[in-house]
Amino acid sequence: MSEIPKDLSYTKTHEWVSNDGDGTITIGITEYAQGSLGDLVFVELPEAGSKFAAGDAVAVVESVKAASDIYAPVEGEIVEINEDLEESPERVNEDPFGQGWLFKMSIVDPEHLADLLDAEAYGEIVEAEQD
Amino acid sequence: MTEKLIFEHSRPGRAAAAQVPAEAPTIDDLPAAMRRDTPLGLPEVSELDVVRHYTRLSQANFSIDTHFYPLGSCTMKYNPRACNTLASLPGFLNRHPLAPASHGQGYMACLYELQEMLKTVTGMAGVSLTPMAGAQGEFAGVAMIKAYHEARGDTERTEILVPDAAHGTNPATAVMCGCKVVEIPTDSDGDVDVDALAEKIGPKTAGIMLTNPSTLGVFEQDILTISKMIHETGGLLYYDGANLNAILGKVRPGDMGFDVIHMNLHKTFSTPHGGGGPGSGAVGVSKRLLDFMPIPVVGCSGGGDDPRYHWLDETDVPHSIGRLSAFMGNAGVLLRAYVYARLLGREGMQRVSEFATLNSNYLMTRLKSAGFDLAFPDRRASHEFIVTLKRQKAELDVSATDFAKRLLDYGYHAPTIYFPLLVPECFLIEPTETESRETLDGFVEAMVAIWNEAKNDTATLTEAPVTLPVRRLDEVTAAKNLDLKHDAAAQDTRSVA
Repeated sequence: MSEIPKDLSYTKTHEWVSNDGDGTITIGITEYAQGSLGDLVFVELPEAGSKFAAGDAVAVVESVKAASDIYAPVEGEIVEINEDLEESPERVNEDPFGQGWLFKMSIVDPEHLADLLDAEAYGEIVEAEQD
Repeated sequence: MTEKLIFEHSRPGRAAAAQVPAEAPTIDDLPAAMRRDTPLGLPEVSELDVVRHYTRLSQANFSIDTHFYPLGSCTMKYNPRACNTLASLPGFLNRHPLAPASHGQGYMACLYELQEMLKTVTGMAGVSLTPMAGAQGEFAGVAMIKAYHEARGDTERTEILVPDAAHGTNPATAVMCGCKVVEIPTDSDGDVDVDALAEKIGPKTAGIMLTNPSTLGVFEQDILTISKMIHETGGLLYYDGANLNAILGKVRPGDMGFDVIHMNLHKTFSTPHGGGGPGSGAVGVSKRLLDFMPIPVVGCSGGGDDPRYHWLDETDVPHSIGRLSAFMGNAGVLLRAYVYARLLGREGMQRVSEFATLNSNYLMTRLKSAGFDLAFPDRRASHEFIVTLKRQKAELDVSATDFAKRLLDYGYHAPTIYFPLLVPECFLIEPTETESRETLDGFVEAMVAIWNEAKNDTATLTEAPVTLPVRRLDEVTAAKNLDLKHDAAAQDTRSVA
């Protein structure tokens, strides 16, 4: 079973979300997601300032196996991207919950975060996919 | 790989004397400013150097002519030699594309008949042969859907529905045509989730792109329901012909309600494929899209004993999406497809799909009996099927990649791996109709042998292939730091003339 930190929120599409408390959130992909994708070779991130609705495709991660869309977990605006990933996409594989974060968003309504999954509910999704 | 580049075989002054023209060509009529002032930098090699170099390279080929090639979703069937021989007749080879139609009646007759045969076998009202590859055929198809809505003033239809199991080219095509992609989920049987589809269709729906049988190797059971739903909402249906081999001469996309279809002649109609083809992505259309077809199309007047063929252009196809190539697509490839279709005839085409699905179901059943897990164990295979190696990965820590690479050592091209993305550690296996039972049995034995190796000797598997000129590639480095340039200056052995 892959690591699923208890203090983060999750989406069905394998993004993790950290509530940074100041109206912004940090988004990355989970340990399970990076393991399924395999070695990343390219990460395409949005421009700071672009706005997205929940469920919009925001970024693309590409591995030797596949290219996969990353979705906005809630409505918001991109405030920062992890520029380190342009040169070193392997950070996502090495440290998905840390240095491999993808982007930060300022969110429209903190209540939207309540719609996300907790670690337990996300764990059930991962388990179902592995059966 | 130990074979050097032809440039590395070069030695100053060495030449193939017998190949040198008896008279040196003159360039007096070329303005001085247009001439090179440095040598061209061609390799200087003997005739024997050249023969050995290219023979050695050809021996390193892993191809349909040397090995079983069950690459799912690609239909790597044998290319009959007769197709190549007949398409290479001097009358065809020497025809100039700018010569008047009166000088190319034989060639045009072949294309016209090919158009008619493809119409019959797909159930469409018109066929244009001009797209030069599958991706261009897809582009032509969605461009026609868009042009159709625009011609009706129905400009809000900008969404193309694509199942999550689709080929990556489908959403890419929709985006290239300026449409928004709406993804449709798949149900547990591998069919389009019709309830989810109902929620996503509406006044913005331009059309849906489907492959049937789908990329999951199963026939879309609700196709008539889907077709009705899309038409009732005002959208059109696009058929990706990738898997046409499964239904050739049996079921017709036109009868399922599709409005436009692209055919990969380099798959279903056995023109050369792999290593760049070139491909051919002919499109077929229903009545409502006839005015939008890409040109040129071959028309026929007269008929009976005196048919006359001519090119249809903008005046004949008023709303045409235009030209996709300078002339008539990949002209020689179309001839090969024509010969293939004529060699088979109507009954032969039906046998293609019968044996393609029989071989696929035989191979699937044998692999299942050998203990392998099927992605859709309750469904009959179409011309291809999916094995998932998830259990082998979990229990033995060997991946689909390891199995695939080791198969090369056993003399089998690997099936398509890690596609479709929905199925973990998957093999998409398509044996095609041209393989014998002995070949299929041999493949099963190799799969079983590799599984046994995985239980006892994982090291060989994770290092495979161990018998080929090129070993396991570093795919990450290859993707990130691709370097294909030969540095001629660093190894300059040329003489200066």
